[in-house]
Amino acid sequence: MYLFRGGVNHAHNAADSEAAAKNMQAWVNWMGGLQQKGILAGGEPLQPTGKQISGTKKVVTDGPFAEAKEMVGGFLIVNAKDINEAVEFSKGCPIFEEDGHLEVRPIQKM
Amino acid sequence: MVDHLFRHESGKMVAVLTRVFGFANIEQAEDIVQDTLLKALEAWKWGKIPDNPQAWLYKTAKNKAIDLIRREKLKYKIEHEFAPLLKSEYTLVPSMNEMFRENEIKDSQLRMMFACCHPSITIESQLTLVLKTLCGLSTKEIGNAFLANEDTIQKRLYRTKEKIREEHISLDYPGADNMPARLDTVLKALYLLFNEGYNSSHPEKLIREDLCEEAIRLTILLTENPKTNLPHTNALLALMCYHTSRFGARLDDKGYMVLLKDQDRTQWNKFLIERGNYYLNFAAAGNGIHEYHIEAAIASVHANAKSYERTDWEMILQLYTNLFNRTQSPVVAINRCIVLGEVKGYDAAIAELEQIKGFANNCYYNTSLGEMHLKAGHKKEAANYFQKALEFTSSHAEIELITRKLRLC
Repeated sequence: MYLFRGGVNHAHNAADSEAAAKNMQAWVNWMGGLQQKGILAGGEPLQPTGKQISGTKKVVTDGPFAEAKEMVGGFLIVNAKDINEAVEFSKGCPIFEEDGHLEVRPIQKM
Repeated sequence: MVDHLFRHESGKMVAVLTRVFGFANIEQAEDIVQDTLLKALEAWKWGKIPDNPQAWLYKTAKNKAIDLIRREKLKYKIEHEFAPLLKSEYTLVPSMNEMFRENEIKDSQLRMMFACCHPSITIESQLTLVLKTLCGLSTKEIGNAFLANEDTIQKRLYRTKEKIREEHISLDYPGADNMPARLDTVLKALYLLFNEGYNSSHPEKLIREDLCEEAIRLTILLTENPKTNLPHTNALLALMCYHTSRFGARLDDKGYMVLLKDQDRTQWNKFLIERGNYYLNFAAAGNGIHEYHIEAAIASVHANAKSYERTDWEMILQLYTNLFNRTQSPVVAINRCIVLGEVKGYDAAIAELEQIKGFANNCYYNTSLGEMHLKAGHKKEAANYFQKALEFTSSHAEIELITRKLRLC
């Protein structure tokens, strides 16, 4: 699984629609490439808002607290034979052009 | 104007959305297109047709499709190769936009043609499905074309869709090995669709120009893709162009049939004859000769002849002989005999016609014999055959023509 952090949230920056369109195309190209190789399994972008629920009392607070660049902005699941291959596939991801970073985590089989 | 637009655009949208959702979910695609057209009728009701109605329709259909995919129920039923791109919000909207680009629309229509004309579907169901999904005809219009009631057509469509699911027919192109055979099935369906339009089984309408137009439109699509633009595809298209060129001259003001000999050749459509010549030129490639080549060549000799008398009958006879040797079709044999009459005399034609067995109850066979006898001066025999022919047709135009012939006997 790829976890995306940081980068620019274009969905909330409609003023710069040209950059947003360019960015969207970059994601389509990258993900389209993964799909054609049969690697892509699924994934979604996430809105920058949400709720945190914590403790035995299940206290609900607004929003992910972390700074924007630490916040998980989305995820993708790919089929790779090991983590090294998954790292290799991630290198074309457009998030690197937008000052974001990506975390690769194998899914734990339980 | 809106009718025409709706028919063409609905065919395109159904093809695109069926590709998006998968052939097994074709009903969802049809529902969205139906909703889109209803919404357009409502929105355009007071003459407020948008500047680009096509773009309006596509945008509405796209949004409806996106909504439907977002509702989880359909999402998990989509199972084709680019399904992951439609299932992720990262790529859903841009992928949908991509599918509605002109090239992708054409590609979807071609895939749809191959799927509708799958060999496991019977020929009449193939044609019904093509007319419904690719040509945007209503079940009532299809019923009219095939002389069947709406209920029969609906049942046929239902069974065909069941078949699609049972056989897991997809919208993938056939592999290179299967391509020639699969393309032949598609061409055959278009040929029959054209024939139905050219000489309709409908009692009151001898020519169904709309069916011919659809057949031509779909065949042109096949010539626009390198996978399917083969010599015999062009031969079939040439054949259709030549035959269509005569439509304006085949019926007179009263809707009566005018035979080739009596047609006003200045009314033949020059543009279509030129298109016929153009496609026949492309057909003359490769090593194989297909029946469509020969039929197109026959039509070409007729279309390019200055008059009935100055037609190259020898050439046509050779072509018919060749065609008969390939097909052994009795219908070809009857046609060949009529040409034989022009080349070797009517008595020779009568002798050969009498050799053809099993067609005694066929209108066309009896009219052909009647005509040859009439030309040979045997009025009594001619009258007998024309009388007999009348028993085997329900077409008003044909009945009128045969009655006219009877008066000459």
